[in-house]
Amino acid sequence: MLFKTLFKSRAEFLSYAALTLLLVVVLPVLLPVFRLNLFGKYLTYGFVGVGLVLLWGRCGILSLGQGVFFGIGGYCMAMFLKLEASDPITTKIQSTPGIPDFMDWNQLTHLPFFWEPFKHFPVALLAVVLVPTALAFCLGWAMFQRRVGGVYFAIITQAIALIISLGIDGNQGYTGGRNGITDLRTLLGWDIRSTSAQYILYFACVFFLLLCGLAAKYIINTRMGRVLVAIRDREDRVRFSGYDVALCRTFVFALAALISGVGGAFFVLQVGFMSPSLIGIVPSIEMVIFTAVGGRLSVVGAILGSLIVNLGKTTFSEAIPELWLFLMGGTFIAVVMFFPNGVAGLMEPGGWLSTKLEPFKAMLFGRSGPGSGAGNEVVEVVKNTSVSIAQTTEVTK
Amino acid sequence: MKMLSSCISGLAPAVAKPAAATLRRGFLTAMVGLAASLHATAAPPTAEVNTTGLSITDTTVTVGQLHSATGTMAISETGSIQAEQLAIDQINAAGGVLGRQIKVIKEDGASDWPTFAEKAKKLLVKDKVAAVFGCWTSASRKAVLPVFEKENGMLYYPTFYEGLEESKNVIYTGQEATQQIIAGLDWIAKEKGAKTFYLIGSDYIWPRTSAKIARKHIENVLKGTVVGEEFYALGHTQFGSLINKIKLKKPDVIYGIVVGGSNVSFYKQLKAAGITSDKQTVLTISVTEDEVLGIGGENLAGFYSSMKYFQSLDNPNNTAFVKAFKEKYGEKSVIGDVTQAGYLGPWLWKATVEKAGSFDVDKIAAASSGVEFKGAPEGYVRIHDKNHHLWSKTRIGQWNLDGQAKVLFESGLIEPDPFPKGYQ
Repeated sequence: MLFKTLFKSRAEFLSYAALTLLLVVVLPVLLPVFRLNLFGKYLTYGFVGVGLVLLWGRCGILSLGQGVFFGIGGYCMAMFLKLEASDPITTKIQSTPGIPDFMDWNQLTHLPFFWEPFKHFPVALLAVVLVPTALAFCLGWAMFQRRVGGVYFAIITQAIALIISLGIDGNQGYTGGRNGITDLRTLLGWDIRSTSAQYILYFACVFFLLLCGLAAKYIINTRMGRVLVAIRDREDRVRFSGYDVALCRTFVFALAALISGVGGAFFVLQVGFMSPSLIGIVPSIEMVIFTAVGGRLSVVGAILGSLIVNLGKTTFSEAIPELWLFLMGGTFIAVVMFFPNGVAGLMEPGGWLSTKLEPFKAMLFGRSGPGSGAGNEVVEVVKNTSVSIAQTTEVTK
Repeated sequence: MKMLSSCISGLAPAVAKPAAATLRRGFLTAMVGLAASLHATAAPPTAEVNTTGLSITDTTVTVGQLHSATGTMAISETGSIQAEQLAIDQINAAGGVLGRQIKVIKEDGASDWPTFAEKAKKLLVKDKVAAVFGCWTSASRKAVLPVFEKENGMLYYPTFYEGLEESKNVIYTGQEATQQIIAGLDWIAKEKGAKTFYLIGSDYIWPRTSAKIARKHIENVLKGTVVGEEFYALGHTQFGSLINKIKLKKPDVIYGIVVGGSNVSFYKQLKAAGITSDKQTVLTISVTEDEVLGIGGENLAGFYSSMKYFQSLDNPNNTAFVKAFKEKYGEKSVIGDVTQAGYLGPWLWKATVEKAGSFDVDKIAAASSGVEFKGAPEGYVRIHDKNHHLWSKTRIGQWNLDGQAKVLFESGLIEPDPFPKGYQ
C-alpha cells in the first residue's frame, strides 16, 4: 500500500502534513507577495536538500558539488527564457538583433549551435531534467565503478563545481559570463514578474518540491532505501551479498541531480536570472549546510533547513547588515554542537523536542511514537532483503 | 496595484489636463525655488511631492543604500558606502531635500548577485525608498536592473563601467568606457608617441568591452597596433609567462585592465621582472587610490592611470571634500574615482528632486536631463540630456611612491556615449 510505504509511522505522516500545511496554506496567507516570492526562492534550495538526503543522509555520499546540477537546471531554463526575451524587436539597438544581449556585446553574430534547441519550450523542459541527470550519471558511473568514495569523491565534486563555474565565467560570449543570464521577463508570453505569476510559480514550486519529497520518501522506505543505508554503513558486505554497489550509488547520485535541476529551473523562474555565482564551491557547500541544519536523514528536515537558514540570512542581514555573517556562523556552530542531527533530529525519538513532548504524546495517542532510528532500518534490511547481513547491526550506532 | 496607480498618476495629468499640470509644475518649481532662496523651513506638503506612496513624511524621506558590506567586494565598495553617507549627512546638515531629512536604510548585497536582487526588491517593495544609492560590479547592476525597471525605482550607480546600457531608472555617476578610454589613449599617443599596445585584462564584461573599444581606437584612429591582448580569470595571480611575452614584444604601452587581487600580483611581478617606469610606459584604467593601497605605491611609481578623479585634484570643491572625508573616516583613508562618484549620487538626486519639485520616480527620471552639480569634487558634472550618464572630464595621473597621483593632463568635458558607433 502506497500510503504505508510513504509514511512508516504516524509521526512521519504528521510531520509531512504539517510541512504541507505550512507551505500551502500558512505562508501564502500570512506573507505579502514579495516575501512569499523570497520563500519560493528558499524552497528551490530545498530541492537540492531533498537530493542530499538521499545521497548523503541515506547513502553516505557527501557531494560538495550539488550546485552544479542546480545551476545546469537553472541555465537550461534561463537559456529558453533569454531567447524568448531577445526577439528582434526588443533587441533592435544591437549590432545583431535577435540574439541575447551579452552575445552581441561579445561580437557574436549568430546564435551558437547549442543554444538552438532552447528555442523550443518542450526541449528546454526536457533539458532541465535530462542534462543534470545525464551528467551525474556519467560522473557517478566513472567514479563509483572505480570505487572512488568518501573524501575523494567530495573533493572531485568540488573540483567539478569549480571547473564548471570557471568555464561559464570564461566563455561570456556563450554563457553570459560572470553577469549570468539576466533580465528574463516572460515564459511563453506570460509575464513571470507579475504578482499573479509569482503566486502561481510559488505554488508550482511547492507542488513539485512536495512531490520530489514524496518520491524520496518512497525510495527511502522501500527496499532500495534500505540497500542505500546498508551501503552507507557497510559497503563491502553489500557488495559480497551480490548487489551492484556502483550502480546503486550512480542511481542515487543521478536522482539527486535530477531533483536539484528542477530546483534550479524554479529558481530562475522566481528570481528572474541565473548566474555562475550559484554553481561554484561556496553555494554548493552552503546547500550542504542547509541540509545539515535541517537534518540530513529527513526529507522534511532538509526542506525546513533550507527555509530556516535562508530566512535567517535574510532576517539577520536586514537587521544588522554589518555583522550578520557572525550571527549566521554562530548559528551553524550551535547546530553542530548541540543538534548534530539538525532540526529534524530534535523531533526524532530520543531527541530534545520529543523527550519534552513525550508526556503529551502519550496523552494524545495513548502510546509513544514508533522508532525510526538507523538501527531499526538495518534490521528491516535484513528482513526484507532476505540476505544474511545480520551482523551489520553490530556496526550501526 | 502600485504599477497601476503610478500609471494613472503618470497619465492623468498629461492626457486629461495638460495645461493645469504645466501650471502646477511651474507653480511648484517657483515655490521650491523661493523656499530654497529664502532658506525657508516650510516644506511643500507630502501629498504634492509624493503621489506614488513612497516612504516620505512631512519631515523625512527614506532612501536605500545597497552595497556589499561583506564578501569579496566589501573592500572595494566601502569607499562608496562612506562617500554616499557623507553626502547624505552634508545634505541633511544643510536642511535636507525639499525640507525633509534623509533617512537611510542600509542593505548588504554580500558580494552575491541574487542577494543584490533580493535586497533591491526589499528596498523598493517593502521600504518604498525614494531612491537607492548602490551597486558596484556590473554583475550586481545587471541583477538589480530588472527589479528597478519593474518596481519603478531610481538607482544611482557610481562605478565606471562598460557602457552598452541605458535605463530610465538608473543614473550612472561614473564614466562609461569611451569617456575613460579614448582621451587617455589620445594623450599617451601624443605625449609618448606610442604606436604599439599590449592589452591585459581580467576576464569579464568590463575589461573585455574596454579592450574592444581601446583596440578600435588604437587601430582606426591612432593608426597604431595592438601587439597582444590577453585576459585572465578573476583572481589569477601568475603573470610570469605574460611578462615574458611582454619582454619579447616590447610594446610602447602596456594597457592594464586587471582588477581585484590580480592587480597586486600583476604589478609586483612586473616590478620583480624589472619592468619599471623608466623603461616601460604603463597606462591603466583599473587602478585608483583604493587599489594603490593594496598594490603599494613603490610597485606603481611612475605608471599612469586614466580616471575622471584623483584625490590630489587641486580645486576648492575637492579640498573641502577630502577634508570632510578624512574628518569623518580618519586621516589615513584614501579616496578613489568610484568613491567620488558615489558622493555625487545623493547630491545629484537632491538637485533633481528640487528641479522636479517632487520625489516621484517618473518625474525625477524625466527631470534628470541637464541637472548640474557645481559642487562636485571632480569639478563640474551635468547629467546628459538624453542618456542618464554624466558629462565629465578625464584626467591622466602619474603615481607617486606615497600612493597619490600627480595630475598631468585634463581633458575638456566629454559627452557620455554608452552605445558608441564604430566601437561595437
